[in-house]
Amino acid sequence: MSTVDKTNLMPTKGAIRIEDVVKIYDPEGTAVMAVDHCSIDIPAGEICMIVGPSGCGKTTLLNTIAGFHGLTSGHIYLDDEILCGPGKEKAEPGSDRIVVFQNGALFPWKTNLENIAFGPMMEGKLSKGEIYQKARKMMVDAGLEGTEDAYPGEVSSGLRRRVEIVRALMNEPKVLLFDEPYRALDSLTKSVMHEALLEIYYKNKVTIFFITHDLEEAIFLGHRLIIMSSRPCKPKKIVEVDIPHPRDYSVLTSPRFREIMNEAKSVVNEEARKAFEAGEKEG
Amino acid sequence: MSQSNTTMNLTMYRMSSWLKSPKPYLMFIGFGFVLSFWYFSVEVWKLPRFQDMPALTEVFEEWFSKDPYYGLSIYTPEYYKHIGISLRRIGYAFFLATALGVPLGLFLGWSQKLREYIFPLFELLRPIPVLAWVPLAIIIFSGSETPVIFLTFLASFFATTLNTMLGVESIDEEYSRAAYCLGASRWQTFIHVVVPGAMPFIFTGLQISIGVAWFSLVAGEMVSGQYGLGYIINTAYIMVQYSQIVIGMITLGIIGYVTSALVRVAGDYMMQWRVRELALGGD
Repeated sequence: MSTVDKTNLMPTKGAIRIEDVVKIYDPEGTAVMAVDHCSIDIPAGEICMIVGPSGCGKTTLLNTIAGFHGLTSGHIYLDDEILCGPGKEKAEPGSDRIVVFQNGALFPWKTNLENIAFGPMMEGKLSKGEIYQKARKMMVDAGLEGTEDAYPGEVSSGLRRRVEIVRALMNEPKVLLFDEPYRALDSLTKSVMHEALLEIYYKNKVTIFFITHDLEEAIFLGHRLIIMSSRPCKPKKIVEVDIPHPRDYSVLTSPRFREIMNEAKSVVNEEARKAFEAGEKEG
Repeated sequence: MSQSNTTMNLTMYRMSSWLKSPKPYLMFIGFGFVLSFWYFSVEVWKLPRFQDMPALTEVFEEWFSKDPYYGLSIYTPEYYKHIGISLRRIGYAFFLATALGVPLGLFLGWSQKLREYIFPLFELLRPIPVLAWVPLAIIIFSGSETPVIFLTFLASFFATTLNTMLGVESIDEEYSRAAYCLGASRWQTFIHVVVPGAMPFIFTGLQISIGVAWFSLVAGEMVSGQYGLGYIINTAYIMVQYSQIVIGMITLGIIGYVTSALVRVAGDYMMQWRVRELALGGD
């Protein structure tokens, strides 16, 4: 890859600070603690992988950052600006933090191009012509040429994910929030998607908050793994991935990758077993 | 342009594969079976209770006669006047039901508060059969035209509103979340997510609506009205002109089929994304 010098430049905006966050659900009087005094510091431009068993409350954390629901106590900051905390129960959803959803949320009634143009069209700062020109260019850059006028239902699921990421980038967000976006993909498509994501990342540096339970995916993509304990959700161990970026798939066979894998695996397995024994539901 | 071309090609393709399949021939066998049962039971076997039935040959002779015995055939302007008046009533009623029912359904699905005000009332009125409204319709509306239109409107309106509301409720929450994330306001989300997302259900509702419209139209025309296909059937019965009953019924069948086909075509035209998705899915 020729963009080596650029890859190590980090953006100055987009740091997320999660401070002592607690989230308690209270359905019918039985309080369920989803997130327990969780503190995570993510510097701007980092790919931070949140790893944990299914249903541990990772998505709750992501939804709180995105502004889909509030938290019980604690603070969340974006670049020292408070997103939510006491007095501001719920963050306002906004285009500085864009979610790429687990099941994909491209609008099936809009073409790929219209989907990608959606964010700027809603903001209305640029003219329609400018927006579509930019959208077409972004599509070409991401290798999506020729699928502009197709509807999302007409292209493969891997391509749809890429369109969704491009759509998120159109608004020039500071943070991308991924909620297990590749969960439903087969492993071959997945590996293509990982390289594509990194390629996009090297071109548009943003902070990435990425939820997954796939360790290989986590180590391949992330600067750092935050392994969460099973419900309530709380960081249990932080694993630094000191394999330099830019990475490609040869990394997977490197001895260092194996070492990190082994280190992470023992922690994750323990939590997975706990979650399994507690009989928690998927969520 | 290219969209209508695609639809055109798709229609042609479906047409030709339909003709190659056994379906149309099975259809003819089905028709032939019913018609021959009619012919034999009335004219050949002269089964008991069938003796007063209008005979197949009698009906078709009358229907295609240049000088019909009872004054109604495809060559008489009177016949088209009845059809025209029924169609006009359907047109007004269906238009009103759609123009009021779709927006009401959208808002009922969208706003919790509005639903709490209106929905219980709506659910109480909905099961009342159209025929039960006949006396009130005649008391409230003057003349013979408006009561019939009102009765036709009622059933359509309930079907359209309810299906539209269900359509809004069926939309995956992730679509609205994605829209908010990308910077859409509540109103923009309504226009770009709720309306197109509910579209498949709306058109299902309209299909049902046009069906029940014919149903209630005939009921209305039998009770009040001086023209129309329902009027023909009722009058023919009273005047013992039985072949005309069957002419009225067959005409209703054909026109009813054509109007629902039109609604379906309109739906396909407005939901290209769905047509293309289903075409790929194959059937």
